Amino acid sequence: MSALLLTRGRVVDPSRGIDAMGAVLIEGDNIVAAGPDVLNQGAPEGAEIVECRGHIIAPGLVDGRVFIGEPGYEYRETIRSASEAAAAGGVTSLVMMPDTSPVMDEPSLVEYVLRTARATSRVRIHPSAAITRGLRGQEMTEFGLLREAGAVAFTDGRNTLDNPVVMRRAMSYARDFDSLIVSETQDRALAAGGVMNEGKLATLMGLPGIPREAELIPLQRDLALAGLTGARYHAAKISCMMSADAVRRAKDNGQKVTAGVSINHLSLNENDVQGYRTFYRLSPPLRDELDRHAMANAIADGTIDIVVSSHDPQDVDTKRLPFAEAAPGAIGLETLLAALLRRVHDGTLTLMRAIEVVTSAPASLFGLPYGTLKPGAKADIAVIDLDAPWEVSDKDLRSHSRNSCFENAKMSGRVVRTIVSGKTVFELNK
Amino acid sequence: MNACDPEVAPLSDTAMVVGPHSFSSRHLLGIRNLSEQDIEFLLNRAEKAVEVSRRPDKKTSSLRGRTQINLFFEASTRTQASFELAGKRLGADVMNMSVAASSVKKGETLIDTAMTLNAMRPDILVIRHGSSGAADLLAQKVDCAVVNAGDGQHEHPTQALLDALTIRRHKGRLQGLTVAICGDVLHSRVARSDIFLLGKMGARIRLVGPSTLMPAGVEEFGVEVFHRLEDGIANADVVMMLRLQRERMAGAFVPSEREYFRYFGLDTKKLAFAKDDAIVMHPGPMNRGVEIASLMADAPQSVIEEQVEMGVAVRMAVLELLAAPSHNEEGAT
Repeated sequence: MSALLLTRGRVVDPSRGIDAMGAVLIEGDNIVAAGPDVLNQGAPEGAEIVECRGHIIAPGLVDGRVFIGEPGYEYRETIRSASEAAAAGGVTSLVMMPDTSPVMDEPSLVEYVLRTARATSRVRIHPSAAITRGLRGQEMTEFGLLREAGAVAFTDGRNTLDNPVVMRRAMSYARDFDSLIVSETQDRALAAGGVMNEGKLATLMGLPGIPREAELIPLQRDLALAGLTGARYHAAKISCMMSADAVRRAKDNGQKVTAGVSINHLSLNENDVQGYRTFYRLSPPLRDELDRHAMANAIADGTIDIVVSSHDPQDVDTKRLPFAEAAPGAIGLETLLAALLRRVHDGTLTLMRAIEVVTSAPASLFGLPYGTLKPGAKADIAVIDLDAPWEVSDKDLRSHSRNSCFENAKMSGRVVRTIVSGKTVFELNK
Repeated sequence: MNACDPEVAPLSDTAMVVGPHSFSSRHLLGIRNLSEQDIEFLLNRAEKAVEVSRRPDKKTSSLRGRTQINLFFEASTRTQASFELAGKRLGADVMNMSVAASSVKKGETLIDTAMTLNAMRPDILVIRHGSSGAADLLAQKVDCAVVNAGDGQHEHPTQALLDALTIRRHKGRLQGLTVAICGDVLHSRVARSDIFLLGKMGARIRLVGPSTLMPAGVEEFGVEVFHRLEDGIANADVVMMLRLQRERMAGAFVPSEREYFRYFGLDTKKLAFAKDDAIVMHPGPMNRGVEIASLMADAPQSVIEEQVEMGVAVRMAVLELLAAPSHNEEGAT
């Protein structure tokens, strides 16, 4: 069996609390050992050795929220192109949203995605399925059958369930199958017509605003229903301090709720919208600097459990438009880690916590046996140069779409090698 | 020409002497990024255009050979006519395009339309569009000068300039005046541009209207907000009424027309709270009997028709400044 040794790196494995100089030994698909003691018996005979001096060896990233255009919108992104972007960003597992055409509300479609992924993807694709048929917010999908087909969670993707009765029943039913309900919360009526954070800047720019309460009100409803039903509930993408406070209170009450934040809301604020650049049109909208800061603090104190790219490819047909007419969303698979490392460099997050919220935390949330370097696990690994300076150039991005919020951004730190099941799927400058 | 800045051609063949100043932008996209000097400069040039427009022979040649395209994605008879006349009085070839009725219905986007027109090599594009930021977007994509004739709820800079010119001609100044802007501030690009302009020029601005028609965070603009018309216009020098669209009065933002007129419509009785010599303005088109009593609109305090005249003058000043030969050929930015 072929052996691969990643040696003389700094091994960071949040799943076991390891942060030490050491090595990772891989045989075949699996990790044999990872940590400071791996080389006590010396390098095994015949192993391919990858020198990782000055680099971090971490579990491959698990991105908990990725929109892909296949099936239905292949011109925006295919499973293949998304997987190439993921590999270049150190993402070895991603949870795919059901907002495809047709919508992922049928077991056969989940199987189709898994089949396509096996044939074309460099990384692991984990489909999520719709909570309601056609994402229409009315009839429940077949949670049991979808789960058996391979759906790792249930979510109506970009849509918020308007009807509290539907949400209540979905949560009750999901609990019986120990399934995770994931939801973005934005009150459709309160947010109607809005395209950016409500406030002085929106007024200055003449753009209709979305108040923070549009996020908070359905979030509080969902948290209350999660309490009522005992369901596992994940608030997919919170954006403001008041939402973080609501999640914190629910956790303090012992509820099984979790929360995620997109890297955009951890990196940018509403001032970036000035200039009407449609790539900064996001849902939820970018909030102000206090909220951005609150997101970072909520990650540090454990209120927010995971960070996602919320990768959402949009092409010129939906972005080359006046701001208010453009579709929300930005790509992010390739820049997730680099942007997250900014919060390490500025001292907001420890390296351990930053790696945790994109590896072991999302893996355990979605019930995936990845995001770890523990012996026996699949060898999904990201080798990271923590300080490498680089500039994001849209020409170099591998996604089919170009709508990056980090175009021309200067970054410190990037992935130099990505390994899935012991095989290198990305190597910088190769 | 000695007294003029060499980059700026005179407004007409008649001598026009204004202080040396070169306008700081290639486009007019909004008031927010103009300096006081820019505004002063434009108003002074517009004064000269008023004289030209009052002559029997109104035609000048400063934009002879230049092409001006009025690209209107929203119907607006008044503003489009005003820009058209302004361009023609300067000698430009003016083409009107009402896009609302044509390509957009066929799925062509703003940018594609703009690129098509750009290929026809106009010297100036005047754009009206329903989306905020549309004029900025256009300016990034085309080679010629762009004038914003109203974008969404963002800005309507020539309206603010004509309002300022009208006020200045009546009051002799802008500095220190109390101006009450009344009505649907939330949806009004006119209000935003007026707030920016009058604020820069040192006027005291009051916004008057029901809270449902006030934008978020507007208090931070250095204005005072009132929710009773009588309080808001008390001792005001200028009372500026905004148009309230009928569909917004059917319970969505205010309960009814009659309730709105009762509390926020301007009539003779309410106007008595303002200064005796207060002037009444309206950007048009008016809803008589909704935001303004019919008699009020025709009363001696009303300067609404004069606003229309000043509109042509301001637009002449703007068009000439941005499209005049010397300005362009020297590549001023």
